[in-house]
Amino acid sequence: MASVSAPAGQRRPTARPRARHRGWTPYLLLAPSVAFLAVFFIAPLVQGIELAFTSTSGQYGLATFHSMLNDPGFLSALTNTLIMLAIVLPVQFVLAMAMALLVTSRPKGSGFWLYVYMLPLGVSELTSGIVWYSVFTQQGWLNSILTSLGLIHAPVIWLSYSDSLLIIATIVVAEAWRSTSIIVIILVGGLDAIPREYLEAADVFYASPWRKFWHVTLPLLRPALRTALILRTVLAFEVFATVIALAGGSLSVLATKANNAYTQFQEPHLAAAYGVLIMALSVLATAIFLAGLPVREERLP
Amino acid sequence: MIALVVRVDNQVNRRDVLRLGAAGTLLASTALASTAGLAACSTAGPGAGTPAGASGGGGGSGGGGSGGLVFLSDQLSQTTESQAMRTQVLSGFSGGSVDFISFADTTKFITQVVAQAKAGAAKVDVIGGLQGDFVSLQAQVRLRDMSDVIGQLADRNFPRAYLDLAKIDGAYRFVPWITATYLMAASKQALKYLPAGANVNALTYAQLLAWGQALKKATGRPLLGFPASPDGLIKRFIQGYLYPSFTGGLNTTFDSPAAVTAWQWFQQAWAVSNPQSPTYAFMQEPLQSGEVWVAWDHAVRLIDALKSAPGQFVAFPAPLGPKGRGYLPVLGGLAIPATSKNVTKATQLISYLTEPKTTATMLNAEAWFPPAGPGSLPPGLAPGISDEATAIQATVSSPATIPAQLPVGLGAQSASYDKVFVDAFTAIALSNAPIPATLASQAATLQGILQSANAACWKPDPLGSGVCKVG
Repeated sequence: MASVSAPAGQRRPTARPRARHRGWTPYLLLAPSVAFLAVFFIAPLVQGIELAFTSTSGQYGLATFHSMLNDPGFLSALTNTLIMLAIVLPVQFVLAMAMALLVTSRPKGSGFWLYVYMLPLGVSELTSGIVWYSVFTQQGWLNSILTSLGLIHAPVIWLSYSDSLLIIATIVVAEAWRSTSIIVIILVGGLDAIPREYLEAADVFYASPWRKFWHVTLPLLRPALRTALILRTVLAFEVFATVIALAGGSLSVLATKANNAYTQFQEPHLAAAYGVLIMALSVLATAIFLAGLPVREERLP
Repeated sequence: MIALVVRVDNQVNRRDVLRLGAAGTLLASTALASTAGLAACSTAGPGAGTPAGASGGGGGSGGGGSGGLVFLSDQLSQTTESQAMRTQVLSGFSGGSVDFISFADTTKFITQVVAQAKAGAAKVDVIGGLQGDFVSLQAQVRLRDMSDVIGQLADRNFPRAYLDLAKIDGAYRFVPWITATYLMAASKQALKYLPAGANVNALTYAQLLAWGQALKKATGRPLLGFPASPDGLIKRFIQGYLYPSFTGGLNTTFDSPAAVTAWQWFQQAWAVSNPQSPTYAFMQEPLQSGEVWVAWDHAVRLIDALKSAPGQFVAFPAPLGPKGRGYLPVLGGLAIPATSKNVTKATQLISYLTEPKTTATMLNAEAWFPPAGPGSLPPGLAPGISDEATAIQATVSSPATIPAQLPVGLGAQSASYDKVFVDAFTAIALSNAPIPATLASQAATLQGILQSANAACWKPDPLGSGVCKVG
């Protein structure tokens, strides 16, 4: 800041005191957000971890984690979470990449499409779940449309408890609709940061659009992709309102187990243990992405 | 955060950004994951009332706020219910404004009352809960002896059975307020598929199963339905209907051969039930949409279907089993904390809420029946309400009825107790787990819960002293 106020090449006799003063400014500016983090992130985090490592009788140990492992449906919740993640991530990234490329190629009305893509961001997870329930329920919109088009003669039960993959597919559709735009925002930012010179150089060598995308755009987009991947994975571990709305009691993921343990069965220790497991899995996934997708300095746009 | 500090110094190379960015991302994702993971623990799902679990009152008479009576309840927590309570029921109270606060969650409701009483800062003037809630509350805090109020309200003619239930620790702890029960409802188009000789008002469990099978055979669709979502009341069906009807008991017969038969019946019925049932919280909705033709649920959760199209639906009692007709009457009452400083006004409110005119409004607006028995209902009932009244009358007057009680005396263990039945249902119905092994494993958990709550048996199990023994 001080360097901006002083014209270049001039002597600055008061530079030293100013620098000292400047030394505190950032910390003062940061203080509110640090206080916010301490009260609303770190304190609940410590409290949650303590709850998870305390049994209902108040003793420290792993008893709650033992109960979690023996909780009926724990394994299926873990499996469902991982299956959902494995499907939703590629689907969303392909969609988001297509949407981001469309927006950044600046076709006519690209601004309009960007706004349209962003609309679902304003819808809460629960509202989105309820809207999609009205689409997929037996007498819902989807079956009505398919019937009126003559494609089906009897309503299909999309949300049947006996077909968990079909329910996961409906959750993926709902999640893709609701949260793909978060990835689009990050990718659009990443694409905009790629200097035109690289693409123009590729044009000089008559590179096809596909080769330009594969060898120029994608490598330079890696930092943005990595950020988006981490953010989306962490958020996908926490999806629960959509699952509750669409699957009810048919299917659980780790976050719905945590929610049900706390709200329905009044077991805060068990709920916290699920929370800690979700945190551990999120950190593990983040570490894997950081290690598996290193971003080298020379590849930064 | 780290990136911001670095930018202020304005002397950083890209490698530093990368290194710090990676560390920051890891930290941020940890914080994000943990906070959101824990946030998930404190947010209720759909149909669970408001996210915080309580719908605060803007005040009865449309006003409320400071100076008004505080009326806390774990009933009428759905938005439309609490709205009707404020605008149609409490608006007629002339004794001042009333803040009606309802909790979707019984444990949170009890915790709130207990916490206030123990802190010596009771803000609650009137408590509206179910009979079992008052047993739990009286065990933790003192409720006022309501004998004088019941004496003043002699003209309300409360049935002796309800007054007996209001007697806890040797005194009347609440004034009977509302009653309800669980019923079956069916679309009239399903009636032609009833098994030969079956009477819908005296249906047996075997006939209900045969009916569901006939419906599936004729239409190709599974048309029975149960409220099996996390917010549905399937646990009450198992506790108050299935078990008493097949075994004559509940906890004492949990793992008995008759219980295995009951669950076998349920597995067969589940096979002809709509597989979307685990998403149903209120059966009135799938009945209205036609996804389900025959359903069981709480009277209040069926009433919209019966009210909206009374000509299209019928209400009838739950079925008869080998031991009789398991039946779960629900009695709600009004109590005053012993520490209340507003006894006179609270008594006025209780008197108002039990007036015949007010109970008639409660019946038509909320589908909660007055505690005077279906034989003495007010005239001019709304469509649908009279159907339910007839079905309740048929249930109560049946000689084979086995009245059960909602879990009593479990206190903070109530939710864990219900979890045993939900887990058994999930394992047996949804995952096709072997019945005897599931019941044996859940019986051990059940005994542990009863032991830690030091709970004696309640109806339909034989009443006695000491911890109820799971059989």
